[in-house]
Amino acid sequence: MIRVEGVTKFYEGRPVLEDITLDVPEGTNLGLIGPGGAGKTLLLKIICGLVDPDRGQVTIDGVDVHKLKATELAELRFRIGMLFQNYALFDFMNVADNIAFPLRQEGKMEEEEIATRVQKMLDSIDLPRIGHQYGRELSGGMKKRVSFARAVIRRPPIIFYDDPTAGLDPVTSSKIFLLLRDIRDNYGTTSVTISHDIQGIKDICDNFAMLERGRLIFHGSRAEVERTPINLVRQFWDGFSDDELHT
Amino acid sequence: MCSPQDRRRLSPVAQIKTIIESPFALIGAHFLEWSAQIGGMCVLMAQIFVRLNPLKLDGPETWRNMYRIGVKSFPIILVTAMLTGAIMVIQSGTYIQEYGAYGLLGWGAGYSVLREVGPILIGLMFSGRVGANNTAELGTMRVTDQIDALRALAIDPINYLVVPRFYSMILMMFLLVVVGDFTALLGGAVTGQYLLGVDMELFAWSIITYIKLEDLFTGLIKSVAFGFAIAVISCHFGLKTSGGAVGVGRAVNASVVGSAIAIFVIDFIFTYALI
Repeated sequence: MIRVEGVTKFYEGRPVLEDITLDVPEGTNLGLIGPGGAGKTLLLKIICGLVDPDRGQVTIDGVDVHKLKATELAELRFRIGMLFQNYALFDFMNVADNIAFPLRQEGKMEEEEIATRVQKMLDSIDLPRIGHQYGRELSGGMKKRVSFARAVIRRPPIIFYDDPTAGLDPVTSSKIFLLLRDIRDNYGTTSVTISHDIQGIKDICDNFAMLERGRLIFHGSRAEVERTPINLVRQFWDGFSDDELHT
Repeated sequence: MCSPQDRRRLSPVAQIKTIIESPFALIGAHFLEWSAQIGGMCVLMAQIFVRLNPLKLDGPETWRNMYRIGVKSFPIILVTAMLTGAIMVIQSGTYIQEYGAYGLLGWGAGYSVLREVGPILIGLMFSGRVGANNTAELGTMRVTDQIDALRALAIDPINYLVVPRFYSMILMMFLLVVVGDFTALLGGAVTGQYLLGVDMELFAWSIITYIKLEDLFTGLIKSVAFGFAIAVISCHFGLKTSGGAVGVGRAVNASVVGSAIAIFVIDFIFTYALI
């Protein structure tokens, strides 16, 4: 269970996240939506302890993420996978080493087993023969899929996806969404998914939250989104705008 | 501080006050900036030292850095050292010929190369090649979220990225100065032989006779200090990079300038202390 309570963050005296409160029950997937610059990525980084909030707290399974000691935080992070918006693949490693990196660092598997797991993962993201290539040789979509593979290879119980299908063609996007659903269904992962592909996340998320200019303007189930009177949420959800986006 | 346009809108008294205050504000701003950077480097040093016990070096990352920092710098250091030795001999050649003191050529070149010129020039080359490269690599990792990715994977970026670089830079700087000193003396001997007609044996005799071990050690101690400074400065500026590609450029610039200043300051202190 992930719980975010009253999280506020300032940059240069200006609030970029204001009093965000939401929760993600165990085994569910929260879809985090909103226009660019709304603070979604920042909120995700705060949830997984990469950025400290100025106010408020984030608890994962009852533990305050921002009050943990370095070793305790490291232990928690072994249970977390994160897909970054701009891939964050390690430049000095090839694709196979990038994907294998979390497993090697964990140090629980033999090299042979790691190689098998990596190849399986490459097959599942439709990139079976690029293990020897480096990030600079790949297209944006390929990098995204490799980054996805690295995030989930350890089969962590909690996964954060920051725009997993950005830059992907519709077919690959739907494959990625299928993979997300498989991971959730097969391993019971708790996850937060940021996406601008509303059609895609409609089917894989149980609950949705919408941020706008650092404020949480909606948090509820799919049925509640469809009934919401908030204009901006409905516009975002249905993908239309009769004039300009407004609340 | 205010711009000239803003200043024109002020009353004459306020304008004079602003003109008087401006230099102090500028000095104050620079002082605060420098203090922040030096403070940041001290924090980084403390973080590195905390990780010394127990020392857990990532093997592949350490080897990768040693290769990149040491082996790849080898050719440029050889060329620099060879030319440095040759230049020292040419510079002193005029006086050697004037006074016929051929037996002092090896001492003159060796003394300056081993104690001063060798470590300083190799240090500057090292900071330009290795330090700049290190800052650019860490800076790029920073602005492309790779360092956050490490943290998200429960890897300590200081332990994984900084500590191997720190050791590799100190060790490789030391080894490069050892090789560079030898190469510079060789370059000096060859130049002396072919440009001044000083026999190589006489050159070597002059070095062995007049150069003391402490001359060699002084340079080597300096090389360790230079490697230490370049490692801390380049890692600090790399890890503090922000602002995309422009920020990486700024960080590299600051790292090279900072390292060069540090090299001269350290050299001054050590020369004063070890003379």
